[in-house]
Amino acid sequence: MEEDIDTRKINNSFLRDHSYATEADIISTVEFNHTGELLATGDKGGRVVIFQREQESKNQVHRRGEYNVYSTFQSHEPEFDYLKSLEIEEKINKIRWLPQQNAAYFLLSTNDKTVKLWKVSERDKRPEGYNLKDEEGRLRDPATITTLRVPVLRPMDLMVEATPRRVFANAHTYHINSISVNSDYETYMSADDLRINLWNFEITNQSFNIVDIKPANMEELTEVITAAEFHPHHCNTFVYSSSKGTIRLCDMRASALCDRHTKFFEEPEDPSNRSFFSEIISSISDVKFSHSGRYIMTRDYLTVKVWDLNMENRPIETYQVHDYLRSKLCSLYENDCIFDKFECVWNGSDSVIMTGSYNNFFRMFDRNTKRDVTLEASRENSKPRAILKPRKVCVGGKRRKDEISVDSLDFSKKILHTAWHPSENIIAVAATNNLYIFQDKVN
Amino acid sequence: MFSRGLKRKCADHEEDVEGALAGLRTVPYSLQRQSLLDMSLVKLQLCHMLVEPNLCRSVLIANTVRQIQEEMTQDGTWHAAVPQGTGRAPLDRLVSTEILCRAVREQEGVHPDPNLGDHEQGLLSDLCPAPLAQVPRSPQSSIWVDGPQESRGSFQKSLDQIFETLETRSPGCMEELFSDVDSPYYDLDTVLTGMMGGAKPGPCDVLEGLAPAIPPAGSSCKSDLGELEHVVEILVET
Repeated sequence: MEEDIDTRKINNSFLRDHSYATEADIISTVEFNHTGELLATGDKGGRVVIFQREQESKNQVHRRGEYNVYSTFQSHEPEFDYLKSLEIEEKINKIRWLPQQNAAYFLLSTNDKTVKLWKVSERDKRPEGYNLKDEEGRLRDPATITTLRVPVLRPMDLMVEATPRRVFANAHTYHINSISVNSDYETYMSADDLRINLWNFEITNQSFNIVDIKPANMEELTEVITAAEFHPHHCNTFVYSSSKGTIRLCDMRASALCDRHTKFFEEPEDPSNRSFFSEIISSISDVKFSHSGRYIMTRDYLTVKVWDLNMENRPIETYQVHDYLRSKLCSLYENDCIFDKFECVWNGSDSVIMTGSYNNFFRMFDRNTKRDVTLEASRENSKPRAILKPRKVCVGGKRRKDEISVDSLDFSKKILHTAWHPSENIIAVAATNNLYIFQDKVN
Repeated sequence: MFSRGLKRKCADHEEDVEGALAGLRTVPYSLQRQSLLDMSLVKLQLCHMLVEPNLCRSVLIANTVRQIQEEMTQDGTWHAAVPQGTGRAPLDRLVSTEILCRAVREQEGVHPDPNLGDHEQGLLSDLCPAPLAQVPRSPQSSIWVDGPQESRGSFQKSLDQIFETLETRSPGCMEELFSDVDSPYYDLDTVLTGMMGGAKPGPCDVLEGLAPAIPPAGSSCKSDLGELEHVVEILVET
């Protein structure tokens, strides 16, 4: 894997310039569609930007399938809840693509409270020669119409339109952290801190509550839902993770309200690592089924774990993402970094996993060879189309050249969101307001 | 746990590193725990002032506080940790916070916590609405067991309020928070105001402007807000 990654090239990057960056430009989610042809990002300003992969051209070998902006639209606007006297941020928390069924693309985007279904479609022809209106669309005086003609479609410049098709609102009291499209392609779920709802794509005024962990008395609240996802093949199965580091697998066939789980994944605590921060760092920030559906991957503050669906008592693999932070937990608690929500992704064949860290570093773990690599997404340290060099963080002792010491890591530069192309070795990494796309070296 | 993470930033200053570490070794576990408790309470208090705090974060901090409280109850230090009376709060607690978090502050220079802005805004927006509604106090729950009756009661109340307001929000929550003269938060505040203002006879002056029922008017509100802002600034910077 290491050699593979060593030779990755920066293919395309640098969406927006640093100097013009504002809070609204910070990327809050990244997601490839099911073919990998499109890549969507959402930002804190409520915008969705979709990139499309260029067709490969034979005379420009080095420009193998770059991603260019395809469509940009404002998905969510800031709102105000007058009943609760509450501002609702426009920040896009998650984007999920629906499998493509016709020429148009569909995606779900969500902020804290409202999920929207968007249709993204192309138009390269326009109708001409209407009888009752002229070319500018003005109605013609019927008295001037002396002949009838047949309207025709004429080619025009390609236009990409995004139109909101459904708005699923008013079903979440707390902040939505996950949305997941079911493999039946007719339903999806949305999860907030305490509840999970099941929706039909066609019905916006009603959803079914399938999980509710809100205690009758909120003073007794000690656990929240942090992420949820449907099984990729079994439409009755889903998992959700909690702030106590556990994962529950539920079967919707068992009952309408899945308040009793079918499986409960939990690793016994290692007493030697016990501290006041144990619970905080074990809180799961992301959960993802493997493409095969056999495994689930969870990310907590310091590690990524892979669980076999058939073994609940411990993960089959545990990877240290940045174990050198273990000695800094007090500081990270004080500056609130310990509550950062890092996500994790699988590659197309489930053999490599990727997740983010601080200092614009991200990590890859090869599950077969057990090798891992730290890479950096930054403009300062790498040029477009250059090969990425592995980075190393030095822990104590002498710092070698090219190594960075733990104390000089920049905790404001964090990579929380990444995506992996469904079938190729192309990855998208969101670093604050920049999107980086890396791919295997050509040849 | 604590004793490992506290290296100074610059590796060149060997003596400083040694000094800091030596200093740390002398900080007893109970003090470290106490300063973590203080830090957590301040965080919770600030969450509490936001209209819609990050629930996951609030729950995790609240659990940390519960855990410390449980442990302190077990080794019998809980009553000692909750100071009696009002004026004399243990200064060494603040000193230990200072030692514990020095590494962070050095990394960040003098920049205050980036979250401070939000918190302050939340605080001020909570302060500004004039009618301060009375929030019915929740009945005392039974999770807090040992310790002297009086201090236990007040501490318990404050925590209850925090847990309670994870759900319910009201512009009156500020008044709620500061109305308990003998709560441990209040002691922390008192110490801090004492440190910055010199002779302050009673614990109430700074926050008097917040007294319920009487909406603070124009100029006095402004100065009080300024002072309060300062207090919060100090709280967060420590």
